[in-house]
Order: sequence, then C-alpha cells, then structure tokens
Amino acid sequence: MIQTRGLRKSFRSRAGREVKTVDAVRGVDLDVPAGEIFGFLGPNGAGKTTTLRMLATLIEPDGGQATIAGADLLKNPGEVRRRIGYVAQGGSTWDESTGREELVLQARMYGIGKAEAQRRAIRALEAFQLTEFADRKCKTYSGGQRRRVEIALGIIHEPKIVFLDEPTTGLDPQSRAHMWDEIRRLRTDGMTVFITTHYLDEADALCDRIAIMDHGEVVAEGTPTELKREISGDVVQVGLDVSATGEAEKLLDGEEYVNRLELLDEGGLRLFVDEGATAIPRILRRVDAAGLDLKSIELHRPSLDDVFLTKTGRSLRES
Amino acid sequence: MKLARDTWLIFQRQLKLLLRNPVWVFVGVFQPVMYLLLFAPLLKPALNAPTQAEAYKIFVPGLLVLLAIFGGLFQGFGLIAELRAGVIERSRVTPISRFALLLGRSLRDVVSLMVQAVIITLLALLFDLRVFIGDLLLAYLMLALIALMTSAVSYGVALKVKSEDALAPLMNTVAQPVLLLSGILLPLAFAPGWLQGVAKWNPFSWAVDGTRALFNGDIGNDRVWQGLSIITVLAAAGVYWAARQFARSVR
Repeated sequence: MIQTRGLRKSFRSRAGREVKTVDAVRGVDLDVPAGEIFGFLGPNGAGKTTTLRMLATLIEPDGGQATIAGADLLKNPGEVRRRIGYVAQGGSTWDESTGREELVLQARMYGIGKAEAQRRAIRALEAFQLTEFADRKCKTYSGGQRRRVEIALGIIHEPKIVFLDEPTTGLDPQSRAHMWDEIRRLRTDGMTVFITTHYLDEADALCDRIAIMDHGEVVAEGTPTELKREISGDVVQVGLDVSATGEAEKLLDGEEYVNRLELLDEGGLRLFVDEGATAIPRILRRVDAAGLDLKSIELHRPSLDDVFLTKTGRSLRES
Repeated sequence: MKLARDTWLIFQRQLKLLLRNPVWVFVGVFQPVMYLLLFAPLLKPALNAPTQAEAYKIFVPGLLVLLAIFGGLFQGFGLIAELRAGVIERSRVTPISRFALLLGRSLRDVVSLMVQAVIITLLALLFDLRVFIGDLLLAYLMLALIALMTSAVSYGVALKVKSEDALAPLMNTVAQPVLLLSGILLPLAFAPGWLQGVAKWNPFSWAVDGTRALFNGDIGNDRVWQGLSIITVLAAAGVYWAARQFARSVR
C-alpha cells in the first residue's frame, strides 16, 4: 500500500549568519501492506513528521521515490491526495467554525457534491459520537472531541490510507484509550493506518507493525513481538538509592552473566541478562555482600524501549 | 470550471465566518468615517476649493483608495491565524485548487471592501458629493483591483514570514511610503517637482489620479485607463505570485 525507497529530505536552517543543513530524513525504505496499523516510533526530531509530510504531499522529497495506494508520489501528487487522508499533529479545526461545517467543507474540498457532503458529515458525526456537538463552535470542544473531529476530517472522503501524526499526544488517558478504539475501527473498515508516536505503549498495543526511527533513519522494523524477540534474554531492574548506584555499577559491570548495563535516572540499574531466574540470586548476593541497600528488584521481558536502546544506544524515555 | 467551483467554496466559507463576527463592519467603517467627519472639513479652505462638494471630490476617492490598500495589506494576519490552526495544511492535503485557496479569500476581501466603499460613498452623498453612477462603478472596479492585489500580496507575504511579528512592521514599512507618494490625502499637484517625479514610480499614485478623475466625471482622462491597466497587471501578478505560495510547502 505504501512503498518508499531512499526517501530523503534536508532543511536549511539559519542561525545568525551561518547556514546549516539539517538532514531530517536520510533515506527511508518502507513497505506497508494494506490493512494494517503501521507505526513510526521515535523521539521528537527523529524525522517521523517530516517523512509523514512527504508521504502526504505536503513537502517535496529531495530524493528517493514512493508509491502510495498505487500512485507515484513525485509524478502524480494530485492522485495521491485523492487516495489518502492526513491528520496533522497540531490540529486542523477553526475555532469559529462548527464541527459539521468543517466536515462538509472538507468533503467539498475533495470535490464531493453538496448533498453528499452533508450526508457524509452526518454519518461521520455519528460514527465518532459527535452528533451532540455538531453545531457548536470548535472552540467549545474538549481536546478529545476536537481530535475526533480532526480524524473524521481526515477520512471524510473514504481514503485507502490515513496518516495520523501523533494522534493521542495531549489527550488524557481515557480519551487516549477511546482514540485507540477509533483507530482500530478504521482498520476494521479496511483502511491502512499509518501513525507516528513517541509512546512505547501505544506502538506496542496499537500497531501491527512498527518502524523505529532515529536521526532520520529507520533503525529497526517489524512487529512489536519480533522486535522484542530480537533482544534475547531478560531485563532485571534493580532499584537503589542514587548514591548507591555508582558502586553497584562497579560491582556488577564485570559479571560475566551481565550482557549490558544501563543506569536509571531515578537511581538503580537495568541489567540485560540471558536468564533472569539464575541471574537474580547472583545479583542479590553481590549487592548484599557490599552492604548496599536494595529497594526493589524486578524481572521483565524486553520492552520496545529496550529495543530502542539496543539500536540507538539511548533510551527513548531520555530523548 | 474546477477553479471557479473551488474558489466559490472558499469564498463562501470565508464570507460566512466574516459575517459571523459583524464587528468588522463597524471597525472597517469607523476610521474612514472619522476622516470624513473630522479631517475633510479642513480641506475646503486648505485646498482653496470653491465648495465643500469640490473638496470631497478630491478627498473621497483618495480615502477609498487608502481603504483598499490598507484593508488588503492587513488581511495576512487572518491567514497566519489559519496557518497556526492547521486549516491551511488541512486544505493543502486535499486536491483543491491552490489558486482557489487564494482567490476565494481575496475575493471575500474585495467584497468586504466594496461594502465599506458603498457606505463611505453614501455618507459622502450627504455632504453634497455628486458623481455619475457609471463613473462610480468604474472607480469601484479600480478599488476592487487594488484590494485584490494588496490582499493577495499580503497573503503571499504571510505565507512566507509565517508570523504576525514580522508581518506587521513589514506591511507598515511598505504602506507608509506608498501612502505618502500616492497623493491620497492631498493631491500631488501641490508637491514640489522632485516629489512628483518620485511619485510617478508609485503605481498607486496613478490609481489615485484615475479614481479622482472618475469622481470628477472626467472619464476620458488618460489617467483613468492608465491607472486601470497598471493596477490590473499588478493585481494579476500579485495573485499569481501569492497562489504559488499556497502551492509551495508551508507549515
């Protein structure tokens, strides 16, 4: 449904007199089959939004090629526009306009006739449980309601693909869960959904497949399960006071069963080991022998953050 | 055909939003009316005009052109707000004509200017201004073209600078010399030779002269067709340039 090869984009930014070139996206290859929720996971500034904006015809790539829903992005952006929907991160509704007006206008901008546009607006309002607020101005909506209008705007013309840029950023947990259901419903309706996110749990729970992006490149791609399986072994998280963390690091860094070790900001360590069950007693013994005060010890399977850490050397939480 | 449909769509939307907030009519008319009431009475003695009506014939066309220039140039602010709200980006992912995104907005501005111009003209009639309807309509055409150009340019610049903080000083810097060099407030006939020479390069000075000639019933005056032609060309160029800004990447 989406295929890209070597998609590139750099921006020139000016700081004083100096003109700097920033390579926002450096050669992205993607293959997204129809009917899945595909997620772009990465920290802010990784190039997710830039890639999305290129795929949505909003900015022109500097190089590479892409086919979207069967249309060539560079040669035929007009056709791409007809086949995709795009929901921007920062919102897209006008304060003084009503939800219904926005929906009708959006349908009409896609060339749909007036009567049909009105019918579609009614249907969309129902589907997104907005009928009650349909004729109120957008500025009176809650964050979740407004986001729902925006998603409805993105799919009013029944596109094959919809791009959602950070669809749940800024929503409270309840609206977020609600939004996940809406997004799953789009997939059920046969749409291919392409989202960006910097939330690990969102990528894990919502996406069929994800591409992890960092510094303008895709560093890993696969289903969440596949990606986590790539990191063999377990993760043991040791809770310690910040003051004791340094000493514990010295103690455990040399141990042959510790594959890698990471310091936690809040104090404590994260140890990547082959087998947690045998590693934990040994860790306990070392820590105890050194007289360090252990606050907690947890064993868990690798998370997507561990995947990110392995691929980039940084934790997504920190970046 | 698609262009006309899309333009109409954007025009309707913009007009509807404008009418939802009718304060603009008051704000838009308040200032020119103040000029008409508080400044124009000085003109009869100052211009040595035989009657008050004569003075208005000189002043009202200038005032209308002023309104068209300023009204247009400051439309960009509304666009920056739309840009920030994401409305422009949302339009740009649809196949709607990029010309229509501009034209629909600029034509709305032209219509709102026309409403103001009619109000001012009617008020001036109360002060014994008399002008032939045909001449007046041609003068309105001139005003419409000026507003089309200035609003298009303002939108184009707004898309380039993307911030009110940059747009305001920029527009003021442009508007100031344009205003002073066009003989809007007082005819340039009073100006020294060098000033008249500089003003010749200001397209708006031709437009003001042309509009004054029309209000004076002097439709055969060369300045009428010259002014109209200059402004038509500039309006076309402004619209073309600004529409291209809509087509290019904006954030």
